[in-house]
Amino acid sequence: MMIDDQWIGIGYLFSAALFIFGLKRLSHPRTAPRGNQLGAMGMLVAVLTTVLQMELGNGIEGWILIGGGLLLGGLIGWIMAVRVEMTGMPEMVALFNGFGGAASALVALSESWKYIEDDTLELPTGLELEVMIVAAGLSALVGWMTLTGSLLAMFKLKGGVEIFGKWIRTPTWGPSWLNPVKALLFFSTLGLIYMLIQEPTNTDYLFAIIGISCILGILLVLPIGGADMPVVVSLLNSLSGIAAAFTGFIISNSVLIVAGSLVGASGLILTFIMCKAMNRELIDVLFKAFGGSDREQVTRTKVGSDADEVAMMVDGAQKIIIVPGYGMAVSQCQHQVKEFADLVSEKFDTEVKYAIHPVAGRMPGHMNVLLAEANVPYEKLIEMDEINPEMPEADIALIIGANDTCNPAARTKEGPLAGMPIIDADMARTVVIIKRSLSVGYAGVDNDLFYMDKTMMLFGDGKKMMNELNAAVKEL
Amino acid sequence: MDPTILIGSITLFVLSIFLGFELITKVPATLHTPLMSGANAISGISIVGALLGANVAYDGGDTVVSGILAFIAVVLAMINVVGGFAVTNRMLNMIAGKKRGDK
Repeated sequence: MMIDDQWIGIGYLFSAALFIFGLKRLSHPRTAPRGNQLGAMGMLVAVLTTVLQMELGNGIEGWILIGGGLLLGGLIGWIMAVRVEMTGMPEMVALFNGFGGAASALVALSESWKYIEDDTLELPTGLELEVMIVAAGLSALVGWMTLTGSLLAMFKLKGGVEIFGKWIRTPTWGPSWLNPVKALLFFSTLGLIYMLIQEPTNTDYLFAIIGISCILGILLVLPIGGADMPVVVSLLNSLSGIAAAFTGFIISNSVLIVAGSLVGASGLILTFIMCKAMNRELIDVLFKAFGGSDREQVTRTKVGSDADEVAMMVDGAQKIIIVPGYGMAVSQCQHQVKEFADLVSEKFDTEVKYAIHPVAGRMPGHMNVLLAEANVPYEKLIEMDEINPEMPEADIALIIGANDTCNPAARTKEGPLAGMPIIDADMARTVVIIKRSLSVGYAGVDNDLFYMDKTMMLFGDGKKMMNELNAAVKEL
Repeated sequence: MDPTILIGSITLFVLSIFLGFELITKVPATLHTPLMSGANAISGISIVGALLGANVAYDGGDTVVSGILAFIAVVLAMINVVGGFAVTNRMLNMIAGKKRGDK
């Protein structure tokens, strides 16, 4: 089964090239599906090259270990990917990311543990030892941090966790003195790595590094509010790439170093792009606790309207702008929304457009994916900056389960939403909001938009209300 | 270790980081999530390290714990890889499906 060393190198080079083309193509809409396939092919080449070079001298048992692991992991991953709902996609990405980080850290641990449990294995010396320990230590730091950070991010995206049938909301907590603590933990890990070079088989140091890294991951994500979670997941994604690259240094493996650092760098760029879309600085997101901690109590009330009333408003409207949000994702009503758009454009010749806030939903592009599923033409989806000037011309802004992304409170200089760009739905002549209640959104801020005179509230589940609205429009 | 190998590795590392920075410049919002998910699947490349580790630990004979750790790493990395590419594919199919509907 052995293949020559040079073929291994060529195999890895081929695989790295496929990753580069894959990532490049993933960033353009037309070529994205191909890009994903190229990435997957690159991974296949890398795995095949690795398996083929192995000398499984111990016969069948070695194959069971390797093949079994591949099969088991592949099966679990496949089932999870196929079964997840579109609404659960962001959590799934966070979870996968945590697994990736953990895998890198485990490889590093496995490499170091070899020397601890087997005395006959000779420790490398000099430069080789230093490189190995530094790389293993950094890989552990970043890898374990990614695991705990991603898991916490996943629960934050879900909003909470069910323990013994009781729903516990994921806490957001981060006093300002926590930042020096994080720095201290970070530098103590570096110190431990230095000490580990002196005593490479000291397991206390090893466990201390693992423990501190796990705590660091939690402390990093804990102060960050749910609305910023996409940025955090993207940053953790970048970190898991870096962890893989460090692991590559331990075993001097070219494809790990190249692919890992590619993901690390491009993931960081993507993080900045996302931050820009939200008009926030990465530093602010990470180190200034934001949102979710103090939720305003809603004291005001608003009389709800019904579908027939809204349908009458729709009749005679020349331009309707639909503003979808997380509520549309939860109730899976994108098909009903599309039906509504088709209905009014046929019946009343109304112009319908969709206003897409960059962070509507729980992840950038969330709305685009859902509406694409319902076959809404791409050119109808207008990004925030382009649709806002059109808002005053709109007869109706139909908001479906969006809250924070069109909360006028963001225009003020105070509160968790301050400075966030919003969709100017309040500029439309009439605002129709489909929402289950008046409750606050993810950032925990009450929304003045609900109480404006020109606002009509349709209280209820998105799918149910859209069906009623469609029926009412048909009857007109 | 031959220092030239280390220098070679560091060269790869630094150049790949530069390449990664340049690779992605403008990404439409639609693709933020699929791109993140696809890149995440690629970071599952640690599967290679896990496989090598599992193999070496197994051959070593006396390194049971290392072998188990590497085996868990193989499983986790494989979940990341297969799940990541499959999820990305699902998301992109919806976007592509819409494109066909246009015509």
